[in-house]
Amino acid sequence: MTTLLTATPGQTIGPFYGYALPYDRGPELVPPGTPGAIQFHGVVRDGAGQPVPDALLEIWQADTNGAVPTATGSLRRDGWSFTGWGRAATDDAGVYSFTTVMPGAVGGSAPFIMVTVFARGLLNRLFTRAYVPGEHLADDHLLNSLPDDRRHTLIADRDDTGLRFDVKLQGEDETVFLRYPGQ
Amino acid sequence: MTALTDTPPASVQPSTLVTQAAISAEISAIETDYHRAGLEETQPRLDYAPYRSSLLRHPTKDLHHTDPETIETASPCFGPSDVSPLESDLTIQHGGTPIGERMVVTGRIVDGHGRPVRRQLVEIWQANAGGRYIHKRDQHPSAIDPNFTGVGRCLTDEQGWYRFTTIKPGPYPWKNHRNAWRPAHIHFSLFGTDFTQRMITQMYFPGDPLFPLDPIYQAITDQKARDRLVATYDHDITTHEWATGYRWDIVLTGSARTHFEDGHH
Repeated sequence: MTTLLTATPGQTIGPFYGYALPYDRGPELVPPGTPGAIQFHGVVRDGAGQPVPDALLEIWQADTNGAVPTATGSLRRDGWSFTGWGRAATDDAGVYSFTTVMPGAVGGSAPFIMVTVFARGLLNRLFTRAYVPGEHLADDHLLNSLPDDRRHTLIADRDDTGLRFDVKLQGEDETVFLRYPGQ
Repeated sequence: MTALTDTPPASVQPSTLVTQAAISAEISAIETDYHRAGLEETQPRLDYAPYRSSLLRHPTKDLHHTDPETIETASPCFGPSDVSPLESDLTIQHGGTPIGERMVVTGRIVDGHGRPVRRQLVEIWQANAGGRYIHKRDQHPSAIDPNFTGVGRCLTDEQGWYRFTTIKPGPYPWKNHRNAWRPAHIHFSLFGTDFTQRMITQMYFPGDPLFPLDPIYQAITDQKARDRLVATYDHDITTHEWATGYRWDIVLTGSARTHFEDGHH
């Protein structure tokens, strides 16, 4: 086992990414109106319960069959290729919204959407998972490793349009954020 | 005042902004505690009060350690259909030449094992030479440059190299405290071979006198770690009668892939 190089530090995304990172159809992993499309959406809130209007979220997920996407073209979507990745800024009410598909199970594991959160005031990005409710959750290693009162923060709610997943940066019902080996 | 400027939320905003001396004293006290504790840190603290906007936006619980699974061990793919080669030159996006010091910044992106991050997306954004962003909420009374937007993209090559031609950004004031100024910087958005390596950071310039005063830079409590965000002036990158040159290499966290899978030993 060789010694790993030390990673470059992160820094906050700051307040001025709005003209640089969001792009046309960034939140549309599939075109709206596609059969089977769902809305993956929620509100980002701070420790005072106030909406965070200057957060940026990215999602990365498997397709409906559980295949890990390998298609390029996320930045200039062709309307056909499922790239599995999207980017959405929150609006003035702290709301983000993606149009995507329900992720399939990869190798029998509980399906989830990987979520990355950036914001002004957040000194480094945060990772979390939004699990699809109901499927395989009882056997999931990560969910089982969490205290009962925090597990629910990683499980999305089904609603009329798809999946709702609120992000709480701090305080009551604080979302469980993840750290991976080497971090 | 809008909530979208870099200003503390109303609930924590004092009626008058605190002084640089008060912020510097907070920075110094945290640094003293860090040295006393004797445990090396390599990333910024999320809970760093001198950066007032972080007060209500940092998690209070420890990050939960987990091994990456399924999609976490892969990363979105980008290719020539996503990024035009012209997007790496921020000085040719308009009808004229932007004002300021033309510069090249280039470097290599590797993972924790030293393996190049190939054909992956790099995005940058920055202020112009006068410290002004195009962003509509930047109210700094410094000139907009009609020939400079300050946004670039490129894909790394087979050895993990990126390269941008741009204008050296200026420092700019912000409202964290009274007479607060950010050191000049370029924002970098980076992807690896695993989405767990996703990161956004800021590259700084050597010898900036604002370093000790800046709570965002100082949120990285370790000097060696802070130094990793500072580019090096490199005269071999500087080009004759054209542009100055800076080198900045980037290390992403280790990926879950093994050397065997990587195909290069």
